[in-house]
Amino acid sequence: MSVVVGYVPSPEGEAALEHAMREVAQRATRLVVVNTSRGDALVDQRYAQPDQVRTLEEKLDAAGLEHVLQHTIRGRDAAEEILAAAAEHRAELIVLGLRRRTPVGKLIMGSTAQRVLLDALCPVLAVKAPTS
Amino acid sequence: MDVWSSLLDGFATAATPANLLYALVGVLLGTAVGVLPGLGPAMTVALLLPVTYALEPTSAFIMFAGIYYGGMYGGSTTSILLNTPGESSSVVTAIEGNKMAKAGRASQALATAAIGSFVAGTIGTALLVLCAPVVVGFAVSLGSPSYFAIMVLALLAVTAVLGTSRVRGFSALGLGLALGLVGMDYTTGQPRLTFGLPLLSDGLDVVVVAVAIFAVGEALWVAAHLRRTASQIIPVGKPWMGRDDWKRSWKPWLRGTAYGFPFGALPAGGAEIPTFLSYVTEKRLTTRPEEFGHGAIEGVAGPEAANNASAAGTLVPMLSLGLPTNATAAVMLAAFTGYGIQPGPLLFDREPQLVWALIASLFIGNALLLLINLPLAPAWARLLQIPRPYLYAGILFFATLGAYSVNLQAFDLAILLVLGLLGFAMRRFGLPVLPLVIGLILGPRAEEQLRKSLQLSGGEVSGLWSEPVAVVVYVIVAVILAWPLLAKLLRRGGSGPSGGSAAGGTTDAPHASGTAALAGGRDPERSLSLSHRSEARA
Repeated sequence: MSVVVGYVPSPEGEAALEHAMREVAQRATRLVVVNTSRGDALVDQRYAQPDQVRTLEEKLDAAGLEHVLQHTIRGRDAAEEILAAAAEHRAELIVLGLRRRTPVGKLIMGSTAQRVLLDALCPVLAVKAPTS
Repeated sequence: MDVWSSLLDGFATAATPANLLYALVGVLLGTAVGVLPGLGPAMTVALLLPVTYALEPTSAFIMFAGIYYGGMYGGSTTSILLNTPGESSSVVTAIEGNKMAKAGRASQALATAAIGSFVAGTIGTALLVLCAPVVVGFAVSLGSPSYFAIMVLALLAVTAVLGTSRVRGFSALGLGLALGLVGMDYTTGQPRLTFGLPLLSDGLDVVVVAVAIFAVGEALWVAAHLRRTASQIIPVGKPWMGRDDWKRSWKPWLRGTAYGFPFGALPAGGAEIPTFLSYVTEKRLTTRPEEFGHGAIEGVAGPEAANNASAAGTLVPMLSLGLPTNATAAVMLAAFTGYGIQPGPLLFDREPQLVWALIASLFIGNALLLLINLPLAPAWARLLQIPRPYLYAGILFFATLGAYSVNLQAFDLAILLVLGLLGFAMRRFGLPVLPLVIGLILGPRAEEQLRKSLQLSGGEVSGLWSEPVAVVVYVIVAVILAWPLLAKLLRRGGSGPSGGSAAGGTTDAPHASGTAALAGGRDPERSLSLSHRSEARA
């Protein structure tokens, strides 16, 4: 069993990661961190760069949790990657960070969170970035 | 009418609200395609040509000029923020620019690039105003033999001096000349290369060929080679420069302009050689050599100024002789023909309103570019987040629409597809696109001059070198062709032509390119493309 978290280098992503780490510590299970990009645009701010991956690894190591980092570009949507990882690692929980979306933006671009919520077979925990 | 009153008239035409709007649309579009790697002003002008046939020629050319200058500006943004040059002319900018951005000085790099481009573009355009009428005055006295010689020089120089391999360059040139031959021979009326197809007897429409090679070829290439990558762009605020940055930038701007303009004006100009020379010069002259390689502002200021000045320089032969020296100029020349305007030295006499409005709009476009690029650079960078499949689907859509709307013939779509495959194959086998386009556009006009001079001399071949200018040009052609051999002999003789790169701005193109190649050989990791060239020449 495991906890899958969709990670993006942003306040929402960090909040999701924090909560996922807390859940994993309570449940004594494995953490699967998914960071992905479809890779068809030249720039994707949601895809962690090497130095960000290093800080992430250090953070996970420091917490002393059993973890898997899935950092891939395979041309698939983030939602597909998260659901696939959840199936593969038999997730008992998926953690997502939510950001504010306008209705029009959601209509045009769709929403990763919405697809995960609709298609996931396990409970999904949605986390918002702390408001300052 | 003297130059100044003509120019003021030009401003009067260009400053009407409608034309200002076209200039604005042009610079916005140009910056957008400049920012996006793989898309360039040549492709954009080609795609827009069919759309603009409905416009006044003056408005259309004001828009094209905006696209041309905008493309030169936009390339630097991607170079600096992403280390992926948007255009070949901003390859050199990426060397120091991206290092500056990584060191947290992205806003200064963007600012020096934008202001340097503005300074160089304005000086370059002013030089264009001064030079073009002089060149025209000289050009009207030339006869067909000299014209033919100059066109041969332009064709050879573009092929042999630019690009990585002469064999590939000449193959591409051959393809272009062959495509230019298709259709009815205008003196004898014989069909040539029509394969019995009556639809081909009018010749290939330049717009269809240009759209196929630039847009369809590029789209197929990207579709076949979509490298899945995702990098992050360096976050940046509003571009600005400190006092120290101004002090360090203004000299490189002026030196870059001095390199860029003459190279742009030469038949084999291009922006690659002057940007590289400017970089090398700044590196040599800097008072802080330790900063080069770690983000020196001089290394951004000089090359960016050089590439904009060369853009202005390119317009000198384009407007005064009807000679295109880069892809965008070639497509713009095709546009002249599309409007029924004969390019060449008589252009200034026959279409003064158009030419001077075009030149005035360059000044206006330059100012607009500074206004929209200085505060908006971070916004432009967000264009890079567009998924490329959407982008190229859109381009293919416009390409097809454009190719069909030129003549409303389904047959043109078949040509578009076939030549699009040719464009793809050329990219696959490393054939440069520029010689093909220049060959296609200049070939038929060179043939016309050749036939004319042969008719004048009654079929005597010696009629081709009956004018002194023609003789001089043929000597230059011979030097270009023999250059690899000469360079080898010189190097064996022990006194290589190194050390000449500082003077390279004023010497003839093949010599300077040889020096650039040598300099490229000295620090190979600095410039991949140029050191490739030195291998090809060695």
